[in-house]
Amino acid sequence: MAALVIAEHNNQTLNEQTAKTVTAAALVSTPVHVLVAGENCKAVAEAAAKIAGVEKVLLADNALYARMLAENMETLILSVAEKYDAILAPASTSGKNYLPRVAAKLDVPQISEILKVVSADTFERPIYAGNAIQTVQSPAGKKIITVRTTGFKAAAEGGSAVIENLAATADAGLSKFDSEALSKSERPELTSAKIVISGGRGLGSAENFKLIDKIADRLHAAVGASRAAVDAGYVPNDYQVGQTGKIVAPNLYLAVGISGAIQHLAGMKDSKVIAAINKDEESPIFQVADFGLAADLFQALPELDQELAKRGY
Amino acid sequence: MGSDNSMKVLVPVKRVVDFNVKVRVKSDQSGIDLANVKMSMNPFDEIAVEEAVRLKEKGKVKEIVAISIGPAQAAETIRTALAMGADRGILVKTDGEVEPLVVAKILKAICEAEKPDLVFTGKQAIDDDSNQTGQMLAALLGWGQGTFAHSLELTDASAKVAREIDGGLQTVELKLPAVVTTDLRLNEPRYASLPNIMKAKKKPLEEKTPADYGVDATPRLKVLKVSEPPKRGPGIKVKSVSELLDKLKEAGAI
Ligand SMILES: Cc1cc2nc3c(=O)[nH]c(=O)nc-3n(C[C@H](O)[C@H](O)[C@H](O)COP(=O)(O)OP(=O)(O)OC[C@H]3O[C@@H](n4cnc5c(N)ncnc54)[C@H](O)[C@@H]3O)c2cc1C
Repeated sequence: MAALVIAEHNNQTLNEQTAKTVTAAALVSTPVHVLVAGENCKAVAEAAAKIAGVEKVLLADNALYARMLAENMETLILSVAEKYDAILAPASTSGKNYLPRVAAKLDVPQISEILKVVSADTFERPIYAGNAIQTVQSPAGKKIITVRTTGFKAAAEGGSAVIENLAATADAGLSKFDSEALSKSERPELTSAKIVISGGRGLGSAENFKLIDKIADRLHAAVGASRAAVDAGYVPNDYQVGQTGKIVAPNLYLAVGISGAIQHLAGMKDSKVIAAINKDEESPIFQVADFGLAADLFQALPELDQELAKRGY
Repeated sequence: MGSDNSMKVLVPVKRVVDFNVKVRVKSDQSGIDLANVKMSMNPFDEIAVEEAVRLKEKGKVKEIVAISIGPAQAAETIRTALAMGADRGILVKTDGEVEPLVVAKILKAICEAEKPDLVFTGKQAIDDDSNQTGQMLAALLGWGQGTFAHSLELTDASAKVAREIDGGLQTVELKLPAVVTTDLRLNEPRYASLPNIMKAKKKPLEEKTPADYGVDATPRLKVLKVSEPPKRGPGIKVKSVSELLDKLKEAGAI
């Protein structure tokens, strides 16, 4: 049979989580097909067709899928499900939203957030905020899987898949898109940035986050935050890194004024290098940091800014 | 359905290891060591109960039914929900792990009997971190869903849910009945007061089994092992910002 990967995109560009999910999919079943559901999203389908290892791209270009609402995604995916023995989506807020519906309708237990494909039917996934890794074997039948994309390399470019139009399904009529308030930023995306600098409650205010922004700009880094900083309104919700926020694994994660609660560590402990600035010598963040600086951030960050400038960043 | 003070809300609540506990993997890799570990209501479910109680206080909701699917001790989790303001409870007793799809099937059967206008579930349970149950329930019932709710606005026949998504916030309008799954910013759950804890002891709590709902609770995923995550090597403390930058440069991190 074959594997189907549901593309992550914004109708204009294909998100790189898709190519990472393709890598995981190819270990489960081949050939790999990609479903692009959206509106005016032909460019996305063309980009998906270039991913190496993708044999076919299904394009469902219809206003019904413009926002990938879960109810209509469910019926669309079900309309082709019988041709696939595995259906995978990135564990984004979008994939997490629609894929369990598909699993329920197919009467299949979903396997969430796989980190590794051990064999075609056996997977590793984190439980308890990543404090344990579960190895699970799926029963015979279809596999419905969300993929933690930090665990997989993006499939290379160089493919030339055929693009096939897929007929829209009827509107489920259960939900309607109302509005959207997206964070705008010139900085790299949190989940794909090479460097992430996150601030916590220690920053003390939204205004003070500018100290983080300055460093981020010098290092072309994305800016993240702890839950406490989001709850306090210093930064928007989509900055949250952690068990119940975004999972990141950059080359460098710099945690500033963050204590290192298990829920926060769950979202960043697979980063290549972790550095931390915290005024409390005993802070648990230092137990995971490769390089720890015990200092007041209000002194350390301006100094860091100057020192980076001096070194030509 | 719909007009003021007539809605019914179902809130499933799960008993999980308290969020402050750092769990330990059993040395034989068969699972997590749960002996003498503090258990609490899943924090996202507390947010779900709180939201329902607030709607009741605002006169929008008439009845709140708290449901738990789990061991006998999950009755305590239901009592907590009752102390926060839910009206009655249903405990569906199971032994061992129950998969999200099983939970969704049991909840579906309960929804068919109870005919709620809304089901509030937590977006994920902090033990298995699956993030599936609410979505599965909505699909099985053929209902709409508002996952990862940041705020909720109810009208007579619909619910507007602002959702926490990767890019920011997205607001959807759902036809009722519907399932809403809670995210952290929806509200701050209250602590039950002592008088309310006492009162909760007298609220009705029904006991059921999965078989009562015609559901087979046997897990279908086979857990081969549970292991420790890879450990990070010990780090070092640096003395100054410039030493930090030197080290980061050496490590190829900047
Ligand atoms: C269900 C649930 C889900 C959760 N999900 C997440 C999640 O996804 N992500 C997440 O991050 N958290 C999550 N949490 C919250 C988590 O438990 C912690 O409460 C949170 O991470 C703490 O954030 P913090 O480190 O910024 O704040 P705190 O723990 O208050 O730490 C602040 C730190 O700043 C330091 N500091 C203060 N002032 C200065 C200064 N001037 N200079 C230097 N250092 C200073 C302090 O020493 C301290 O270490 C969750 C909690 C629950 C219950």
